[in-house]
Amino acid sequence: MHPILAADDGETLLLLGNEAIVRGALEAGVRIAAAYPGTPSSEIGNLLFQFQQKLPGLYFEFTTNEKIALEVAAAAAASGLRSLTCMKHVGLNVAADPLVTLAYIGVRAGLVIITADDPSCHSSQNEQDNRYYARLAGLPMLEPASPQEAKDMVSYAFDLSERLELPVILRTTTRVSHARAPVKVTQMADYSTRPQGYFEKDLKRWVPVPAVARLRHQVLLERMKEATVLADGSSFNKRMGQGPMGVITSGVAANYVLDALEELDLSSRVPVLKLGFTYPWPVGLMADFLRRLDTCIVVEELEPFLEEAARVVAQEREIKVKILGKASGHFPRALEFNPRQVKLVLAEVFGVEPPPLERPDLSWVPELPPRPPTLCVGCPHRETYQVVKQVLMDLGEEANTVYPTDIGCYTLGLLPPIKMADYLICMGSSIGSACGFSVATDQRIVSFIGDSTFFHAGLSALANAVYNKHAFTLVIMDNETTAMTGHQPVPSQELRWPGLEDRPRIDIEAVVRALGVEQVVTINPYKKEEAREKIKPLLKTQGLSVIIAKAPCILYRARVAKH
Amino acid sequence: MKLRILVVGVGGQGILLFSRVLGETLLGANIDVAMSEVHGMAQRGGVVETNIVVGLRSPLISEKEADVLVGLEPVETLRALVRTNKNTTIITNTEPVIPQIVKEGLASYPDLSEALDQLKAAYRRVYTFAGESLARQAGTSRALNMVALGALAASGVFSLPQKTWENTIKRLVKPKYVEANLKAFDLGWHITS
Ligand SMILES: Cc1ncc(C[n+]2csc(CCOP(=O)(O)OP(=O)(O)O)c2C)c(N)n1
Ligand code: SF4
Repeated sequence: MHPILAADDGETLLLLGNEAIVRGALEAGVRIAAAYPGTPSSEIGNLLFQFQQKLPGLYFEFTTNEKIALEVAAAAAASGLRSLTCMKHVGLNVAADPLVTLAYIGVRAGLVIITADDPSCHSSQNEQDNRYYARLAGLPMLEPASPQEAKDMVSYAFDLSERLELPVILRTTTRVSHARAPVKVTQMADYSTRPQGYFEKDLKRWVPVPAVARLRHQVLLERMKEATVLADGSSFNKRMGQGPMGVITSGVAANYVLDALEELDLSSRVPVLKLGFTYPWPVGLMADFLRRLDTCIVVEELEPFLEEAARVVAQEREIKVKILGKASGHFPRALEFNPRQVKLVLAEVFGVEPPPLERPDLSWVPELPPRPPTLCVGCPHRETYQVVKQVLMDLGEEANTVYPTDIGCYTLGLLPPIKMADYLICMGSSIGSACGFSVATDQRIVSFIGDSTFFHAGLSALANAVYNKHAFTLVIMDNETTAMTGHQPVPSQELRWPGLEDRPRIDIEAVVRALGVEQVVTINPYKKEEAREKIKPLLKTQGLSVIIAKAPCILYRARVAKH
Repeated sequence: MKLRILVVGVGGQGILLFSRVLGETLLGANIDVAMSEVHGMAQRGGVVETNIVVGLRSPLISEKEADVLVGLEPVETLRALVRTNKNTTIITNTEPVIPQIVKEGLASYPDLSEALDQLKAAYRRVYTFAGESLARQAGTSRALNMVALGALAASGVFSLPQKTWENTIKRLVKPKYVEANLKAFDLGWHITS
């Protein structure tokens, strides 16, 4: 049995933040979970996928996008079953539509929404701060600083969600999700059978037509007042130490603060308010903390979410306190923090010397070759790019071609020598932007999208392209999996993980034809000669055409073969 | 004890197993450990690192702050030197993994022998070893990570007996690879002990 499932009450395991979240959810008795993968959240879905094959009392599905995942979880929670969804930060943009109105209609059983943010864009296209979603939607939010807190908070989040009848957001960052540390676990719920949910109809609640929505908005605002009281008294909001100059902090930055104060020998004279239940802002607690200070520095990654809360609290309650942080220039709004950066700022603010550290002369270090991620040797995407490029060159069109692209392993086609990725916004944008380029320019447009991305955000975009008569060629890179995030399933795949043999297969070519695309070919990118001949007519014409390049990801094929 | 160990290398070299064995051994010995792993892109061949700290809450190692730098690939060791100070212990493999970009002729791989001499002159404690060769001697070149772990385990940073480490390896490594991994660990152990 997997150690996460095997561990008994009271045992301590070395867990990844994401593993701790899964254990916490199983301790809380989550019944229905749904997710679309995205780093740094992917391990949560992968583990739940694996565990539901062992636990009769757990249901998990990989959905085709995050919006659907949230809707699956919301309906389960409305039916009285504890449910969960997890996603990377930009996934919540996709799920933002249900999120904001779900806050109005609420839940019956607990619903926990995990968003994993990615300061420094380790594996993302932006570093947005999703704490603002809690504020935008008006939902309670917890922010763990460590794997242990992540586990404890998930369990608590289910109770909180039920008490307020609202979904609760758990916001992690890469450095929490991918930290590994000792975690003490408690008893798992009973997963021998899955209880049935029951949906009780209530038109004044679940169908937010304007008259209902206006009422439900009032309910939400009342519940959030109650949540403020809970945040003020939460054991996840800890106050330590005494003195006239203090620190407010949250998330992984709290670790850097506490370590720095210890190393700088400041712990005894610097009070710290370490916040974990960060929305609604614990305004009473913050006011009480600020009132005893003359200066407070707020240490948090990305946006000044708590810093602005501190200013609001001080202004509303007429507390005279100097607030330092991002506005004062002590910390940046971009990129993740690191421990030394925090230590040096605190040393300066508190007027002490940081311990000296000297680096040897390194001027002798030779110039080092970079090691950017590249497509694996033998990757089918590389073959597809070569085939398409060759035909465009033969036709004398290559120089005049714009290549909108999308998100996945194939985005690495931007690197030389391939250089076939010119424009990208978000998942699915390859098709929508191709529509725009095709009307805005007379350049040839050849767009690339992965199979998983096609199901995520490509279907409605392709319908638009057909209906509005856009002229471009779309290449669907069908490698039978969601490779980039760890080889999760795709509805069109033939090669499957054990346990998915019974799923129907949705054929991409049939879908494309059904949407009304007339020029469609499927190629095997390894059979270069044949592939070139097949696609040549499509790359000559002016209309809309689709090329499906079908060959499994070689890593995925090897992993499935091992099972 | 406060300790910061930075482990760097290339995807596919087994850094995650290295860190698992290290972490589980320390946890078993009641040593307060935390780490930060790089999980991300599926492709092989990119830079990979793990930050491991003992007695600290922050599992991330800043510039100049590594107490020990373990490099599974020599260029990656050199790249990580910005995170060392003059007291840092350096343990590094000397056998290169040539980046794809070098194979394609778009960048060049530096002359290592000179750089390694400079490295030994710049730091007080530098241990170098021919990782893949030793690992192959143990049975499989894939056990390079265990050679490096053996070298770290015996370097004096920890005072745990070899048996303790070996027990973790037996527990975490697939049965058919245990023997080669133990042998590789032992070869590493003798580099620094
Ligand atoms: C909204 C959103 N959700 C999730 C992700 C994470 N993500 C990056 S690429 C990708 C899918 C890649 O699958 P596919 O399109 O099949 O391409 P492949 O990696 O297999 O080549 C995902 C889920 C994201 N960037 N944005
Ligand atoms: S993981 Fe698969 S799809 Fe991604 S680069 Fe490697 S072979 Fe290609």
